Amino acid sequence: MEVPYDRLPSATFEDLALPLFDQLYNFAHWLTQDASEAEDLVQETYAKALRGFSGFQVGTNFRAWMFRILRNSFLTSRTGLKSTVALADDADETIPSAEPTPEDSLIAQANRESVRHALRELSVPFREVLLLCEVEEMSYEEISQTLTIPIGTVMSRLSRARKALRVRLQAKLQGGPDGV
Amino acid sequence: MACESWSSKLDAYVDGELASPEASAVAEHLRQCAACTADALGRTQLKRSIAIAGKAYAPSAEFRSKMMQSINSKSPRKRLWLWRPLMATAGLLIALAALFLYWNQRNTERTRAYSELTDLHVATLASTTPVDVISTDRHTVKPWFQGKLPFTFDLPEVQGTEFTLVGGRVAYFEQSPGAHLIYQLRKHEISVFIFQDRGTMSFPSGARPELSFSSESWVKNGLRYFVVGDVSAHDIEALSQLLQGAG
Repeated sequence: MEVPYDRLPSATFEDLALPLFDQLYNFAHWLTQDASEAEDLVQETYAKALRGFSGFQVGTNFRAWMFRILRNSFLTSRTGLKSTVALADDADETIPSAEPTPEDSLIAQANRESVRHALRELSVPFREVLLLCEVEEMSYEEISQTLTIPIGTVMSRLSRARKALRVRLQAKLQGGPDGV
Repeated sequence: MACESWSSKLDAYVDGELASPEASAVAEHLRQCAACTADALGRTQLKRSIAIAGKAYAPSAEFRSKMMQSINSKSPRKRLWLWRPLMATAGLLIALAALFLYWNQRNTERTRAYSELTDLHVATLASTTPVDVISTDRHTVKPWFQGKLPFTFDLPEVQGTEFTLVGGRVAYFEQSPGAHLIYQLRKHEISVFIFQDRGTMSFPSGARPELSFSSESWVKNGLRYFVVGDVSAHDIEALSQLLQGAG
């Protein structure tokens, strides 16, 4: 049964929200690509979450709720608005065929910095879905709640994001200085 | 090249999102198909690479402390009152635990006392000489205990009732001597134990049908009585009333 938050002990917000601090900051930094903007975004997220906590339904996913607030705040920020303009092209970008081939063994050798570089180059929709899935280890269901998209879209976007990342990594490893 | 029909499922498979029958089917296929296995391995490696590379940014110490303070100060009053129910709950839990331990202890003592005396009853009946003084006459049995026990007691007249006195012996319970009397009812033997009551002993009473024995216990004039036998609780109660009315 879902119970409105205001009937629960008041410290629950801290108990639930503080452990997410590092994860939210990491995600914010990936979205904004800037430390100071990430701090503002995290601060805004906590302020909004605290204000909106009475509306939070216990039993629903708190982590997904916090990440959703952060992401929505980002999308309405200046940097976020810019990224969504670029997003239309990016989301539909034609990804060259990147069927897993023996070349994939190269990915295994890719160092951390080259993966980060490739991630930074991805569009926000691709970057965020990969981060939520791999770094936050969210289920498809949680990702669907965070991004407010259907699970089917989560699956197809993840698949395309992975292909896009693989293509970028392969390109770097085969020619760029960021390789092994 | 990985099989086309399977490769569409490999993402969900490595993400742990396939339902168990489907996951088993993919696992079975992977055992037989090297290309798909290599594909799945590549996807897993990519997942791991992103997971490692994705943990890239940590908040600065200043920002962390600023945020912690800010969040904590948002509800200081609420935090204070939260302690009260917490303390009350903790207090209640401790009290309940103490009560439980006390009852548990009491229960254990009772069970032990019950078991010991019941064992004594059974062992005595199994013995070839269950009683040391054989007499149906209470005026013979009672004096026999003189000098053997540090107390005296009264026995009821059972003539005209269903009960018959068989005899008695000295029994020991918790290192103290006491009287062990045996009565008979329709060929069933009933033990009556009489000890000095120390106040520390606790005894159960009432029927214990799970052990096929009924028992009754009470304290009178500083003496603890314990009646046990394989007769009905009603019969035990009848004998108990006779004993309680003695003297």
